[in-house]
Amino acid sequence: MPHLPRVLRRALVACAVAYGLSALPALANPQLQSVIADNLDQIERPSRLTVEPLVSEIAATGPEGMALLTAWADRRLALSADGQLLIVDGDTITDAATGDPVMDADPKMLRPNSGVRGVIEAALVVSQIAAADPAVRAAALDAIARQGSADHLAALRTAPTDPDPMLAARRARLEHLLTIRYGTDPATRVAAIEAMSGDVDLDVRAALNPVLSTTRMAAMAPPEGANIARELTVGTSVLPREAAYDLLKSQGDAEPLLSGPAQRDALAAHIVDGRVGGVPVAELRDPAARDRAYAALEAEGTVAPAATQAEADSAVDAYRYFDVYTEPSAAVTDAAEEAQSHAQMKLGAMRGVDLGLDALSLASIYFLAAIGLAVTFGVMRVINMAHGEFIMMGAYTAYTVQTLIPNRTLSLLVALPLAFIVTAFAGIVLYRLVIRHLAHRPLETLLATFGVSIALQQLAKNIFGTQARPLTAPAWLEGSITINDVISISSIRVAIFVLALVFLALFLFIMKRTRLGLEVRAVTQNPGMAASMGINPDRIAMMTFGLGSGIAGIAGVAIGLFAQVTSELGQGYIVQSFMTVVVGGVGNIWGTLAGAALIGGLSKVIEFVNPANTLAAQTFMILFIIIFIQFRPRGIIPQKGRAAEM
Amino acid sequence: MTRKPFFLRSPSVLVVLAILATGTAAITLLSAAYGSGVVPTSTVKVLGMTLCLALAALATDLVWGYLGILSLGQMAFFALGGYMIGQWLMYARTETIVAANLAQGAIPPTAQELQDATANQIFGVVGSADLPLVWSFAHSLPIQLLLVVAVPGLLALVFGWLAFRSRVNGVYLSILTQAMTLALALWLFQNDSGFRGNNGLSGLQNIPGLEDVDQARLSVWFLWASTLALGVFYTMAAWIVSAKFGSVIRAIRDDETRVRFLGYPVEGFKLVVFTLAAMITAIAGALYYPQAGIINPAELMPIASIYLAVWVAIGGRGRLYGAVIGAIVVSLLSSWFTGGRAPSLHLPGYTVNWVDWWQVALGLSFVLVTLFAPKGIAGLVDLIDRKGDRT
Repeated sequence: MPHLPRVLRRALVACAVAYGLSALPALANPQLQSVIADNLDQIERPSRLTVEPLVSEIAATGPEGMALLTAWADRRLALSADGQLLIVDGDTITDAATGDPVMDADPKMLRPNSGVRGVIEAALVVSQIAAADPAVRAAALDAIARQGSADHLAALRTAPTDPDPMLAARRARLEHLLTIRYGTDPATRVAAIEAMSGDVDLDVRAALNPVLSTTRMAAMAPPEGANIARELTVGTSVLPREAAYDLLKSQGDAEPLLSGPAQRDALAAHIVDGRVGGVPVAELRDPAARDRAYAALEAEGTVAPAATQAEADSAVDAYRYFDVYTEPSAAVTDAAEEAQSHAQMKLGAMRGVDLGLDALSLASIYFLAAIGLAVTFGVMRVINMAHGEFIMMGAYTAYTVQTLIPNRTLSLLVALPLAFIVTAFAGIVLYRLVIRHLAHRPLETLLATFGVSIALQQLAKNIFGTQARPLTAPAWLEGSITINDVISISSIRVAIFVLALVFLALFLFIMKRTRLGLEVRAVTQNPGMAASMGINPDRIAMMTFGLGSGIAGIAGVAIGLFAQVTSELGQGYIVQSFMTVVVGGVGNIWGTLAGAALIGGLSKVIEFVNPANTLAAQTFMILFIIIFIQFRPRGIIPQKGRAAEM
Repeated sequence: MTRKPFFLRSPSVLVVLAILATGTAAITLLSAAYGSGVVPTSTVKVLGMTLCLALAALATDLVWGYLGILSLGQMAFFALGGYMIGQWLMYARTETIVAANLAQGAIPPTAQELQDATANQIFGVVGSADLPLVWSFAHSLPIQLLLVVAVPGLLALVFGWLAFRSRVNGVYLSILTQAMTLALALWLFQNDSGFRGNNGLSGLQNIPGLEDVDQARLSVWFLWASTLALGVFYTMAAWIVSAKFGSVIRAIRDDETRVRFLGYPVEGFKLVVFTLAAMITAIAGALYYPQAGIINPAELMPIASIYLAVWVAIGGRGRLYGAVIGAIVVSLLSSWFTGGRAPSLHLPGYTVNWVDWWQVALGLSFVLVTLFAPKGIAGLVDLIDRKGDRT
């Protein structure tokens, strides 16, 4: 029997006390007094089997009776020397029947056993469901939902309809759940199951699972009258031959099979003059010789007979295997199976939505990380291997800001633009000093920027140390937005998604609505022609490099919010960023967006299919990309025009 | 037009072979096993390993300097070669030890028991006791030796075919080779891939069947083998690039489209060189890891392949000796600076500790070489050469 939680008891006591106070002018409850007087013996030494009528009798006497029952279940009821029932509440002691305070008593505490207390509590809940105070009724429903029993089911069925529609709905739901679990009539249980069909909450699934539990058995013929879930075929993944044989063994239908080590030990124990069962020890290298030797020992009777593999095989084949429901009614299990599959389908859809949200946030990060790479590649045909280090630089900028400004929100607001400025500046310096001098030598640029990358990484290690630095998000970004048991997303990821959207909009604005964007697009399409139209490609390249690097810095802040900031932070994202650019196609922001969505979605899907192994997931993703390139070598949205021929 | 004999066309081959032979002979005479013992065994090993790296750099130069494909996946082939030989080294040695243990039992072990116990010994560390399918031939040295070239060769062939037929080139191709290497590394990092996850293969310095040869002598033998391999493949590479084949691949590097219009099967040429380079790299790896003693997936993280490209660039790409010089000089310098033996540099107000600053210096020097000395160290040879031409 369940024990009522403390909170509920307190609530009940408070309520009972309130009633008691209002009843004070009457001073006593004569009905209760007489019940107590008649049954004092049984109250002192109750028995679980016989206490029930007494409990309902006390409950029927009104609030004072309820207070008594609560105290009794709580082990706060005491008996004074002169046969007076007392309720002990800390230092105050009151008479249970009259409610009068009692002084100087030396009561003997009553200690009913758990069985008796269970009976009392069930009676309490029954009365609480019908209580006038909605809070008490809600608390009672909570208690039943936590740990319902068959007694509760009866109480729920007999209690008067709840006037509050919310509570009434909850109660109906609880009644269904308890009916599924404890109901005796198959028809009502089927009705309850059907009423709950399609509900994906944990409590419904928990109610359905025991109904659908099965036991596995082996038999020559289908068991009579059993509710068979399915017949199993031996040798499938559901029932491998070894498992079938183990089942036979556990049913006592088969001898244990002789394992290799057991056979070896048995043989080793019976070496006589360098021979075992007449077989020379040196020959026992051969498994067939070992079997011969063991058979000889068996024949002598020196070792216990054991099944050979052939015997085991024929035994396994002789039987049929069944999963049998522990629930006897087929109608109930059928309904439950249907409800279960209905719920599974809905769950699947919800998991899909959850996965989609995850993929979206991952795609946002890849988008932020890759956009700079894509735009510089589009304009200059160079890949900046130090891009990952710009991401790291952004994250360390935010970390530094955080150590200077204690207010998390303020430091984040400062860090975002500052990270942009710092990394954009670093990008422009890199462009002026290195990349500009390597124009039209993309492979050299790749290696030179790699040199910058390892130098920057080591510099970060020298400055900030090798241990991970935490970047704490402001409080309003912590926690997550939960829609139900399945669908939830952390606020940081939502924020990153918003950040990606903002930068997408900003980028589109710069590209489509500003002079700079026009010139960038011109240089991307045809640098020679653009130059002859008076555009300075060098300046444009520098600006795009700065812009791309700056966004990498922003990405660094975003990544730092949910991952630890280390000098290798950028390395983890650089390959994914490259993949995003390669898959998406260069020189077009929509291509980068499509690439990020594909890579993000794909890695989440692979992770979902194979959750145990994230390394394998990454391997598969890269393989997919290599194959993808076969079919769209220039990415999802390829560059058109003369630039594409370069 | 008569063609000059091969060695006259490529005088550098004789020089390189002579230096290699002299150097190896000198080290042998200074080694602990066969000479005065001035050079400790560990140094002999480092030198042998450096020669293997030089061989890998030579192969990288073949695809990058001559064919124009910057492959950032060479270390994948290098490590695969190491894994293939490592399988035999580890299996055969473990089997010997396990057999000795089992022989102490009352009953001689069956073949199955021996294999199970060996597998348990090798894979217990990743929580498995079965011999993975990829270890089917681990007991056989000839088959594993064949796999040393076959597996990386096949990988390069398939990857190259896929990449070249869809005309992926330039930086795209570099990134793709890097992705391939990363995929392979991540796969090897898994515990259930059959290669012991991040534990890798270890104890490779003990050669089964040569238990009574001490490490001092083994190290010199491996130095000889590495020298021989470098000499043979250097000569082969020099012969290839000086022949008409070499002219074609250099033409592909300089203008792929034009070569295709002239009727050459560009993809075929690329595929041959790429696969050949992969196999040479794999052989280098197979010689390297028995000297290193251990191999794990970290060896083929993309950064390692980029270092290989860096050595070639610093040495001077497009010349075979450039790659060899670059690999030897930079890798020896690296191990000296990061080994903590280099004296710290005392600047006013700050002490440069090379363990911390070597990477920075390497990265920056690399930028400087790319910017100001695109021909690398080998460019110095030109200065001498040009003087010779004038006289």
